[in-house]
Amino acid sequence: MKIDKGVVEYVAHLGRLALEPNEVELYTSQLNRILEYMDSLNTLDTEGVESTSHAVPVTCVLREDLAKDSFSVEESILNAPEKIGSSFKVPPIIEVEE
Amino acid sequence: MPYEPVIGLEVHAQLLTETKIFCSCSTQFGAEPNSHTCPVCMGMPGVLPVLNRKVVEYTMKMALATHCRINEACNFARKNYFYPDLPKGYQISQYAQPLSEHGYVDIELDGGKKRIGITRIHMEEDAGKLLHDEHLPSSYVDLNRTGVPLIEIVSEPDMRSTDEAVAYLKRLHEILVYLEICDGNMEEGSFRCDANVSLRPRGEMMFGTRTELKNMNSFRNVQRALDYEIKRQQCILESGQDVIQETRLWDDSKGETQSMRGKEEAHDYRYFPDPDLVPIVIDNAWTEEMKKSLPELPLEKRERFIRDYQIPPYDAGVLTSSRALAGYFEEVARLSGKPKIASNWVMGDVLRFLNEEKRDIKECPVLPGSLAEMIQLIEDGTISGKMAKDIIVEMYRTGKSPQAVIEEKGMIQITDEGTLEKTVAEVIAANPTQLAQYRGGKEKLFGYFVGQVMKATQGKANPQLINELLKEMLAKE
Repeated sequence: MKIDKGVVEYVAHLGRLALEPNEVELYTSQLNRILEYMDSLNTLDTEGVESTSHAVPVTCVLREDLAKDSFSVEESILNAPEKIGSSFKVPPIIEVEE
Repeated sequence: MPYEPVIGLEVHAQLLTETKIFCSCSTQFGAEPNSHTCPVCMGMPGVLPVLNRKVVEYTMKMALATHCRINEACNFARKNYFYPDLPKGYQISQYAQPLSEHGYVDIELDGGKKRIGITRIHMEEDAGKLLHDEHLPSSYVDLNRTGVPLIEIVSEPDMRSTDEAVAYLKRLHEILVYLEICDGNMEEGSFRCDANVSLRPRGEMMFGTRTELKNMNSFRNVQRALDYEIKRQQCILESGQDVIQETRLWDDSKGETQSMRGKEEAHDYRYFPDPDLVPIVIDNAWTEEMKKSLPELPLEKRERFIRDYQIPPYDAGVLTSSRALAGYFEEVARLSGKPKIASNWVMGDVLRFLNEEKRDIKECPVLPGSLAEMIQLIEDGTISGKMAKDIIVEMYRTGKSPQAVIEEKGMIQITDEGTLEKTVAEVIAANPTQLAQYRGGKEKLFGYFVGQVMKATQGKANPQLINELLKEMLAKE
């Protein structure tokens, strides 16, 4: 067992996923199987291999600072469930404690 | 017990690029909401961000200007959190491998210089903007700002007072604007500052519990928020309680900091390298190229002005407050050959006119060449300093050259002895009472006679010549 139900619940909360108790159970066992499978990588000899975050040996892919047309406003907000004018409409965001 | 504040600042500066950091949308401020958006900055699935070269170069410039070490290789990381202004669910930033680290800036205080350490400078993307409608139970999201390039400059906790923090902030601001990589507009949010503040008993080595202050959109608000927070924490500590580690928002209208509700527990950013963006490798040649492109920085310029032009530190400070103003002054100094006098005219009249109308030196109607010409006209006696005070007003109003103003107003200084002698004689003849008193020993009346001659010549007489002629003729029986 790599992770328990507590970890799954925590990760679900971070991902804003509402899971039923049986789903927590199911995902705990599935995620453990995935992580155990990943362990097979540890059997490889990585002595002398530098760690990397990218598999392709490419660096410095850059573009010039030239503006191109954006989407039209209509296209940009086409999928918005709710809109006001040309803005997306979301539930109120209140941060400060009164 | 005397407490000592410990302050560290995190500054976010928007870079003055044409386009966003990872896509070709415009960064222009004030456009219609969501008109500068595309699948990349809106975080649509399947898109590929591509880094803007200028963002790297601008960040390198700031790193070099603040004596940071530029890392040979750096990469981008995803900072995961949910907020409606962040369409992807993560912000692309730099984490374990920032572009640069370990720098410093020197600040000037009444008690001398102090060095403030810079922990790191890294690149990241800005989030969108949330607009709150007080009358409706909803917020609006504008994603034009999403993906606008930012650099984050993190200081060491080296500041020990509000004044030091503000001086440091002003220094960073000045450098960014000098480098022309940020417009420095705090109200529009292109230069933002968060502060970490804690208190500890004086002499103690360990840091106390800190709070993080946000929402301070002017130098004055940074000052007020820090002062308030230091007092608040002091009251807590003096009453034997503990400061709670939290984020607090500055409320400008109430003049206090307020706790932000429970955002803390949700902060688990799960940073990991962004697989869409390949590492950036910076070789020496690139760094050297950027070094060469750096302009003279404000502090160096200030010291050079004091040394080469022999002007007081205060004047040098004012004249180097912007690159354009410094350039203007240097042009006038060079063309007139009189730096000290040039400094007086720029600092006095020119800046006063501009400040009255809140105009920038770049819009100044008096061109450096004209001002230099006017200084020369004073030097060679064509006009008096007093006349110049009126002439420069006209020059500023009309944008005309001093010669043109002088000709139009008939303001040539009277330097012809014969003409002036006649006027002086007339003035003396018209004031027999004062003449008698003067000759009776009331020498203060000399000034009265000077004034009368000036009045008769409408201020056009050469003051030195008046003095000489008056002395001579008043003495004559």
